[in-house]
Amino acid sequence: MLLLERRPVDSSLMRWASPVLALVLTVLTGFVLFLAMGKDPVEGLRFFFITPISDLIGLAELGLKMAPLLLCAAGLTVCYRAKLWNIGAEGHFLMGAVGASAVAVQLVDMTGFWVLPVVLLAGILSGALWAAIAAGLKTHLHCNEILTTIMLNYIALNLLLYAVHGPLKDPYGFGFPQSVMFADSALLPELIPGTRLHLGLAFGLLAAVAVWVMFARSFIGFQLKVVGQDHRAAAFAGFGARRLAWFAFLVGGATAGLAGASEVTGPIGQLVPQVSPGYGYTAIIVVFLGRMHALGIIAASALLALTFIGGEMLQIAMNMPKAVTGLFQGLLLFYLLTCDAFIHYRIRLRRPARQFTPRAATTATQEA
Amino acid sequence: MSVGMSGALRLKLENIVKEYPGCRANDGIDLTVKAGEIHALLGENGAGKSTLMKVIYGVVQPDEGRMLWNGHPLKVDSPAEARAKGIGMVFQHFSLFETLTVAENIALGLPASEARDRRQLEQHIRQVSERYGMVLDPRRYVSTLSVGERQRVEIVRCLIQESTLLILDEPTSVLTPQEVTALFDTLRRLAREGCSILFISHKLEEVRSLCHKATVLRQGRVSGDCRPSEVSATDIARLMVGDDTPISTEVTRVEPGDVLLEIRKLSWKSRDPFGTSLNEVNLDLHQGEIVGIAGVAGNGQDELLKALSGEIRVDKGGIDLGGLGIGSLSPDQRRKLGVAIVPEERLGRGAVPGMTLAENALLTASGQGLVKQGMIRFDRVREFAHAVIQRFGVRCNGENSNAASLSGGNLQKYIIGREALQNPRLLVASHPTWGVDVGSAVAIHEALVQLRDAGAAILLISEDLDELFQLCNRIGALCGGRLSPMAPAAELGIEQLGQWMAGDFDSMEAPHAAA
Repeated sequence: MLLLERRPVDSSLMRWASPVLALVLTVLTGFVLFLAMGKDPVEGLRFFFITPISDLIGLAELGLKMAPLLLCAAGLTVCYRAKLWNIGAEGHFLMGAVGASAVAVQLVDMTGFWVLPVVLLAGILSGALWAAIAAGLKTHLHCNEILTTIMLNYIALNLLLYAVHGPLKDPYGFGFPQSVMFADSALLPELIPGTRLHLGLAFGLLAAVAVWVMFARSFIGFQLKVVGQDHRAAAFAGFGARRLAWFAFLVGGATAGLAGASEVTGPIGQLVPQVSPGYGYTAIIVVFLGRMHALGIIAASALLALTFIGGEMLQIAMNMPKAVTGLFQGLLLFYLLTCDAFIHYRIRLRRPARQFTPRAATTATQEA
Repeated sequence: MSVGMSGALRLKLENIVKEYPGCRANDGIDLTVKAGEIHALLGENGAGKSTLMKVIYGVVQPDEGRMLWNGHPLKVDSPAEARAKGIGMVFQHFSLFETLTVAENIALGLPASEARDRRQLEQHIRQVSERYGMVLDPRRYVSTLSVGERQRVEIVRCLIQESTLLILDEPTSVLTPQEVTALFDTLRRLAREGCSILFISHKLEEVRSLCHKATVLRQGRVSGDCRPSEVSATDIARLMVGDDTPISTEVTRVEPGDVLLEIRKLSWKSRDPFGTSLNEVNLDLHQGEIVGIAGVAGNGQDELLKALSGEIRVDKGGIDLGGLGIGSLSPDQRRKLGVAIVPEERLGRGAVPGMTLAENALLTASGQGLVKQGMIRFDRVREFAHAVIQRFGVRCNGENSNAASLSGGNLQKYIIGREALQNPRLLVASHPTWGVDVGSAVAIHEALVQLRDAGAAILLISEDLDELFQLCNRIGALCGGRLSPMAPAAELGIEQLGQWMAGDFDSMEAPHAAA
């Protein structure tokens, strides 16, 4: 009989080998799936993983997709380190996009260096405000943040649809549900001329570094870790769990809001319904794949960004459905969670257990 | 005391070895228990007592050695088999269903044929319990029973299963002194009738008054055996800890200074239906004095500690520290005013298991210049942790060891040292030496006395009455969230304290929970 037993000490090797193993298994499963669909698997994997980043334009596109993932993931890391399972980055992101756009359409005739910061700030505040709802529900009404943030994601999506069909709709846009194009003064500058890569990637990298500093050196980072690892010790030390939950949610909302704002002021230049292909959800995978560590998150965001452009490439080159992106992301998360079990557990071969286990005799407890 | 000493061999263990990864818990243990003998198994935490009991009770299988039961080879594959052979065990944490009655709980451990006739079973329970002086109503729900009564249910259960060897794991740790006396009467009567008793304990005086023989374990081996009534407690302690560990501290009494802490009519209502509410607790604590609070676990000790630490907020006026109402302040605000707390749970409250000792220093000592402008000054954190380790003799691999890797005693020394090094005005310590080896306990007591001599006021919450009488200027007891009067330790009799622990201290009101 196979037995999953707890390791005496967590395996630090598995901690870092697990993401690599998950990636290898994902590629192998992809291979089998391509075969099953009657496609050439070598060709398919090449189109998915290699072709998209074989030139400068491709690499710039990778950076373009990394930017929102990094920003969202950085904020989520702050939450997850404190064991606050905020699934709401997608909602924060969408509200950030809506908030930034609402300001940007008011400022289409404005020039000046202040326009862009104001627009970005609007996005940050909108994202933070959206996260504040979940934070308040958590700290004051003890609502489970997983449920509230998921529900708030759907509300945010509908608010976005309302905005582009209603108040923010371009009156001269031939009825298309989208806003006017923003003024140049509200657009993020390009990082590499001739590509679509914009300043958003710098924001993302900065956020990752900031999170690294926060957890490596700052006292608030330490407090968040203590709350996450041992809430009774945190209460004993007087690290206010409510205050820290608010902090984590607001940071998570602000960074995802900035990601949304950077998206509408970056490659898109206006508010459109399909502003996010699911960056906020994918960022969750980024955080876990990247081991909640800055360097890991940067690498993981590059990999997950590749699944977006690789998926597009497969649509074009091999006539595959768009779902292939979600499929690869899902496989990766599934294998990662499976492999992560082996950080704490190991498999052992054992004889069948006795019928009567001693534990059964002492199940009942009493309060002394 | 010689009753039963000539009885036949009931249980004989030969060269029992049980190895766990990284630890030889039992390393060739021999033990003989005769019929009608009360046999003490003594040893510090980690000496191998629990493992040996589990071997006898069939919870684990020994790697080597053999057992003889009434002269025949014994192999026990499970506790059920052990019970069928007549080996009964009462664990420290009882295995009773609170929502069932006494009779139902006992029926669960019996073969279906005996359990079916409830009326007859109830009759049987009454007979057995009366015969051995353990009054029990078989129809009462376990949730309504006191801890002492629940223990009786466990013992009666073993007797109804016709156990001829009764294993009791630290049975007195949850009892008041009066309940202990009653339990010992029962055990003596059982022994006279031929039942063998294996009595696990670390309370030497109890063992001396009750047991016919004692086997002492140290580091998985038998370090000696003796007739406890014929040797001194110090001699037994020497067998337990070895030659090079100090056994106790000599505590000098000093005159306390001015009042530092005043608790006035402190009440707090628990939201947990099984929790304890604090009810009009009054207490004065002077500088340079140690005040002890006795009580059976779960009578409001943890709630009182939390009210003092700030984990529970109460009215501002309820707690007054040096003229300042601190009842509504948060734990870190109180810490800045010189309040230090040592909670009962070392891992998971006093220290974060997965963090290093240095990081755990930051938990409460961040105000000692370890944090500047929101950034941790790691060099100072390490220095502070290093100082604690040095000053208080914490055995570990330096300040970067994980808190979880330390033994209970060493981690406790670290936690007490962490608080002591911050020169607190008030230290509240809950069960500071519970489950701690004798050497560490002595070091912890010395640290408390040093703090007292430096002028700190110390509140010591403990179930260990010896510890309280040894260290404290004044002692009182908590029962049902109410605090008894305080009496000078030198004038307080153990009988009186026992009555207070049972709630019998306010003649105006009905006694809360008489044993």
